[in-house]
Amino acid sequence: MALISEGRFIEDAWRRLADEEALPKAGKVIVSLPRLQHALEVLAPDAALGVIVPNVTDPSALIDALPRLGLISISFPAFSDGRGFSLARLLRRAGFKGELRASGRLVADQYSHAVGCGFDTIEIPDDLAERQDEEQWRAALNVYTMSYQRGYSGRGSILEARRSAARS
Amino acid sequence: MTAVDLRVAQRPNAPLTTYRYDEYDAAFVRQRVAEFREQVRRRLSGALTEEEFRPFRLMNGLYLQLHAYMLRVAIPYGTLTARQMRQLADIADKWDKGYGHFTTRQNLQYNWPKLVDTPDILEALADVEMHAIQTSGNCIRNVTADHFAGVAVDEIEDPRPTAEFLRQWSSLHPEFSFLPRKFKMAVTGAAHDRAAILVHDIGLRIVRNDDGEIGYQVVVGGGLGRSPFVGKVVGEFVPRHDLLAFLEAIMRVYNRFGRRDNKYKARIKILVHEKGIDEIRAAVENEFAAMDRSVFAHDPNEFERIAGFFAPPPYETLPRDSQLLRAAKLGTPAFANFVDVNVSAHKIPGYAIVTVSLKPIGGVPGDATSDQMRVLADASERFGFGELRVSHEQNIILPHVKQDDLLALWRMLDAAGLATANAGLVSDIISCPGLDYCSLATARSIPIAQAISKRFADMSRQRRIGKLGIKISGCINACGHHHVGAIGILGLEKKGQESYQITLGGDPTFSASIGEILGPGVTAEQTPDVIEHLVDFYLAEREEGEAFIDTWRRLGHARFKDVLRREGEDGADI
Amino acid sequence: MAAFKHPQILIASNLTDGEVVFLGPSGWERHHRRARIARNAEEAAALEASGKRDISANRVVDVYLADVEIGGDGVPTPLHYRERMRVKGPSVRLDLGKQAMTGGAP
Repeated sequence: MALISEGRFIEDAWRRLADEEALPKAGKVIVSLPRLQHALEVLAPDAALGVIVPNVTDPSALIDALPRLGLISISFPAFSDGRGFSLARLLRRAGFKGELRASGRLVADQYSHAVGCGFDTIEIPDDLAERQDEEQWRAALNVYTMSYQRGYSGRGSILEARRSAARS
Repeated sequence: MTAVDLRVAQRPNAPLTTYRYDEYDAAFVRQRVAEFREQVRRRLSGALTEEEFRPFRLMNGLYLQLHAYMLRVAIPYGTLTARQMRQLADIADKWDKGYGHFTTRQNLQYNWPKLVDTPDILEALADVEMHAIQTSGNCIRNVTADHFAGVAVDEIEDPRPTAEFLRQWSSLHPEFSFLPRKFKMAVTGAAHDRAAILVHDIGLRIVRNDDGEIGYQVVVGGGLGRSPFVGKVVGEFVPRHDLLAFLEAIMRVYNRFGRRDNKYKARIKILVHEKGIDEIRAAVENEFAAMDRSVFAHDPNEFERIAGFFAPPPYETLPRDSQLLRAAKLGTPAFANFVDVNVSAHKIPGYAIVTVSLKPIGGVPGDATSDQMRVLADASERFGFGELRVSHEQNIILPHVKQDDLLALWRMLDAAGLATANAGLVSDIISCPGLDYCSLATARSIPIAQAISKRFADMSRQRRIGKLGIKISGCINACGHHHVGAIGILGLEKKGQESYQITLGGDPTFSASIGEILGPGVTAEQTPDVIEHLVDFYLAEREEGEAFIDTWRRLGHARFKDVLRREGEDGADI
Repeated sequence: MAAFKHPQILIASNLTDGEVVFLGPSGWERHHRRARIARNAEEAAALEASGKRDISANRVVDVYLADVEIGGDGVPTPLHYRERMRVKGPSVRLDLGKQAMTGGAP
C-alpha cells in the first residue's frame, strides 16, 4: 500500500492490525470496527488507536469513541462509490480532529474532492501507485485555485473572494 | 455606473440578458480544461485505465458512442448569446462534421469529435464562456430551466438566477460528484411548467407564500427511464434563505442511502419509491436540522449580482398590437400560419417570443447545421438583442422579437430552411438520437420521427389536429421522454428486430402523468399507420377545443386500445 | 464461454479518435471487409486475446466479438442490426461514417 499526504508519498506511521493478531500494548495500530470496543476497553486511554470502517457506517456508532481515536480510515469499495465522502463530512461535523484516511482504489483525480470533504491522507494499492505516481497526486491537488462551494475544506471559496472584492 | 454596465461596454456584441463570467468563473473553467487535457494525456499514457478514465470523461460530457466519441456541451438554463452560437457553429466545422444536435436537456451534442481534439474544443468553448462540465456522469447535471424564462406572461420570477446559482454550487462539488447515479435538476418560475420539473430528480418551482415572500416548492424523485415516476413534494415552501442547505441535505441523504447494488435502481426516484416520501422527508429534515446551515445561508448580494445579468433588455415602448404584423399576416398566408403556430405572447407590449423549429418535415429532430446556427445567431442580433434559447422540445427560441420585425425575421428563417410552422404540432417530435448514433440504444428513433413527420406533411392537417406531443426514445433510458408524450414511442429489440411500443396519455407539465402502454410492439413500417389511426380516432371523437390528452383522459385508454384491435382485425397485422 | 454458433469478428473503438475498428490479419482495420474471421471457438478466443492485449496497450477500448455471416465475396456482415449499423454509419446520414468512404474503402 502507498500513503499520500499533502501531495507526497509518505511512510505510514500506523499499522493495520489483522483481526487474528493480538493487540500490542503500544504503537499506532488500526483495528477493524468489530474490534474497536474491545480495543478501547483493553488499551490505555492515551494509547494511539485507529479504526478502519466501511463507508456505510452510521457515524453514531463512532461518536463515543471519537475523542479516543487518532485515526479513522474509511474504506472505498470502488473509487466511484462516493459514500465515503459524506461519511467523512459527518465525522468532521461530529468533531473528529484526528487523521481521516480514505482507503481503496481512489484515483488522483479525486484527491481534491477527498481533501474538500475532510480527508487528510489517501491509502492506495501499490499497483495503482505505480501508474499514478507522486507527481500526478501533487498535480491533482493544485489543479484548481478556488472552488464554488463553501463549508468544505481545502481551496478558497469563490463566494468569499467575491464578497471581499465587493467590500474593498 | 455599475460593474455590469462596464463589462457590457467592453464587449460590443454582448447582450444584456445572460450571465457573464467574472475572473473567478473564467479561471475555474480554464482550470477544468487544463485538468481534462491532462486527463486525456494520462489516459493515452496508460496512467489512467479506461475504467478509471470513463467517469472523468463523462463528467466532462465525453461519451464513446456507436461510431465515434460524442461531446455534450452544456447550455445552462438554455440561454445562448449570438457569439456563443457562432462559436458552436465554428466548432462544428473545425472539429466535427458541420452540424450539432440539440437535446431534450438544453445541451448540444457533437457526434464525431476525436478524443485528442476534445481539450482544444473545450478551450474554444471556454473562449465564449461555455463548457461541458457535468453534462454526463453520476453527478449533478446541467441545471435546466423554462425556455421562456424572463419573457413569459405567466412568470412569478425568472428561474435563471436560481439555475445559475445552482450551476455554480454543483460544479465539481467535493461531496456529490460520485453519486449512485446521475442527478438532474430543473427550475421553473411560471404558472405553466415548460421545464418538466415533475420528472426530474429535483424539480424546483418558484412560488410566493401568503406573506408575498419568494421561495421554492421542492419536488424530488421524478424521472423517466426504466421505472418512470412523477416527483413528490419534499418541501412545500423552502425560503430562498434555506435553499442551498435544503438541497445539500437531500443530496447527502441520497449519496448515503441511494442504492448502489443495481444501476437500474440507483436513481433517487427508487429511494423515494422504496422508502416512501414521508421517510425521505424526515431524513432530509433531520439532516437539515443537524447541519451547520450558516455557510449555506442565502447571500442576497451574490444573488442580486447574478440576477443583475438577467435584467430585461432595453425594450422599446410599443403598442400592444402591431399594425404592421396584422397587415403582413393578411398579405402572406404562410407567414400568418407561422405566427399563429410558432409565436407566443411576450410580457412586454409589442414584442413576441418566436420558436424556431428544428423539426423540418422529414428532418432529423434537433439537428442544426453550422450554417443554420450562424443564421440563428444573425437573426438574434438583428431582431432579438443577440439572445437565443434552447427548449427541451429541441427547438431554438428567439425570446424578444418586435412584432413589427416578425415578417423580416420569418423571411430570413425561411431562406435558411428554418421556418417550419409546426411548434407544438404533431410533427414537432421529440426524439433521442437512437441507434443511429447511441451505443445504448436498442432501436432507431430518428427514422420513426421522420416517417411520422412525412405522413403528416400536410400542414393544414397538422393545424387541424392542433397541439399534440409525440416523443420517441430508442431505449428504455427514455432520453426522448416517451413516457410523458401524449403519444410516446419506445424502440426495443424483439426477436432480433426493431420493435416499437406505443404509450398514450403522458404529460410532462404540472398535471404530469406517465403514459400507458397501448399494446404489443409494432414494426417500424407499421408505426406511422398506427399513429395516424390514433390521430384520426381522436379527431372523430374530440369535443370542441379538446386536446389529444384530454380526449384520451375523457374516453379512457380502453377506447384507444379498441382502435388498434379493430385495425388488427382488418388485417393490418398489428 | 458461450457456445460457438456463427463465425465471428472482433470489433473495437480506436482510443484516440473513437472510430470503429476491426481486428485484421495484422492489426486494426477501419473496414470490416479486412476483418479476421474466427470460424471456431479457439480462433475466437485468439481474437479476444489479441483484443485484450491492445486494451492493455491503450490502443482500443470497448472490444467484443460479433457474430457474422460470410457473403459470396468472403466479406463478413454482422448478424445483429446494431453491428450492421456500426460497419456503415448512421442510417439517417448516408453522407457520414464508413458508408461515405469513397468506393466503400478507406
